[in-house]
Amino acid sequence: MSIFDKFRTVEQRLALLTAGGGRNPFDVMIERPVSSTVGIIEGRETLLFGTNNYLGLSQSQRAIDAAIDAVRARGVGTTGSRIANGTQSVHRELEQRIASFFGQKHCMVFSTGYQANLGMISTLAGKDDYLILDADSHASIYDASRLGHAQVIRFKHNDPDDLHKRLRRLEGTPGAKLVVVEGIYSMTGNVAPLKEMAAIKRETGATLLVDEAHSFGVLGPTGRGVAEAEGVEADVDFIVGTFSKSLGTVGGYCVSNHDEIDLVRLQCRPYMFTASLPPEVIAATMAALDDMVAQPELRTQLSQNAAQFHAGLKGLGLNVSQQVSPVVAVTLETVEEAIALWNRLLDLGLYVNLSLPPATPDHRPLLRCSVMASHTSAQIARAVEIFAEAGASLG
Amino acid sequence: MMKGDPMSETIEDVSALIVNKLLANPKVPRDINGSSKIVEDLAFDSLAVMNFVMEIEDEMDVSVPLDRLADIRTVDDLATCIVSLKNGG
Ligand SMILES: Cc1ncc(COP(=O)(O)O)c(C=O)c1O
Repeated sequence: MSIFDKFRTVEQRLALLTAGGGRNPFDVMIERPVSSTVGIIEGRETLLFGTNNYLGLSQSQRAIDAAIDAVRARGVGTTGSRIANGTQSVHRELEQRIASFFGQKHCMVFSTGYQANLGMISTLAGKDDYLILDADSHASIYDASRLGHAQVIRFKHNDPDDLHKRLRRLEGTPGAKLVVVEGIYSMTGNVAPLKEMAAIKRETGATLLVDEAHSFGVLGPTGRGVAEAEGVEADVDFIVGTFSKSLGTVGGYCVSNHDEIDLVRLQCRPYMFTASLPPEVIAATMAALDDMVAQPELRTQLSQNAAQFHAGLKGLGLNVSQQVSPVVAVTLETVEEAIALWNRLLDLGLYVNLSLPPATPDHRPLLRCSVMASHTSAQIARAVEIFAEAGASLG
Repeated sequence: MMKGDPMSETIEDVSALIVNKLLANPKVPRDINGSSKIVEDLAFDSLAVMNFVMEIEDEMDVSVPLDRLADIRTVDDLATCIVSLKNGG
């Protein structure tokens, strides 16, 4: 009996993945980025279609300059938590910027989006409360359900009727009900039917938290996400999100109009017991936000690009997500097929994400692609062509 | 068995219903019964367990909180849990 016995299963699964001489899909290295859309992988220029860098801002010149200035002025780190020595003026400034961007009173900034979900959800839903999650929730949301002490109930993915049924069953039980949904679901690109869910929230008196990780900067007239796009921001009690996708940096946030946010800061362990974001990340994040606000055309381009790529893959007869969003997932029937195709795509110079069950919603593997505003039409056409070539060479 | 009337649903009834549901899945071994272990005997991973419980929840009009799943090993355990939830606990 060794402490490592339980790792044998994963060892065997990994061995199966690489059995035919394929790569370890969890160990791809981008040697260096050439631009937001091209990186060097295995010494070759490779088209990046799996980076979540929706607006291409990881390479923003404005953000790069701001980070350099901040590092020169403030050094590279804060060496402390937000509730001790880790709050500098820039942290407050970023919180004010994000709150005002969303038109909300308060903002808490976390060191990652994972921690923002972990912290907010586990702290808001207490021992006597109910946490009601979409079945296809991100790992950070499931982990929050385990860190907190609430009773956890899942409802069917994107199914307002099932949510309603489950809230109705809880009628009359004491304890608050916190409903958690995502704006765009990370694996499939499905968009939440937030209008219907907001109506259920109003009817049942539940509290609503929306994770806009993949929809911030992507949907809504000003990029505030699905709640803005659906016109239901007033019904959303807490919006959580990340800087690690559309803003191209790192960090998480929660915005809200509830004044109790300042009390949450003193109860929320993933906020309290970790070092705050370094100043250069904050400076880069604010500059990227400036870029995003100054260039609404990035969002228009992104949605055009998403439509081109989605239509291209669909035209090849691939099983793509029904809804068009910058996350385009190709569902395959078997893991072997998915591994072979993913390897072949990379051989041909296209990087996408390989997602395997049980991390996928329905036990089938996905090739998860994400489109960027900075992809050119020619790059998208080439990516579709590579899918066609890879498919043909594998039969 | 009258659906919705808690007193009419015994653990045996619910257990039989669960076994029937399981047998509808061709990958599940044919010789299962109330004392079959859900993870070990049926080779379900954690996601498969959650998704299967969701089907039973629909049938029984009840929500099983995830923390309750931690204590459930066999089909009968699940049936006991559901009957107890339907009776208000
Ligand atoms: C839906 C969702 N929420 C939260 C996160 C976590 O974000 P971060 O990368 O900032 O930790 C992610 C990204 O992995 C995500 O997909």
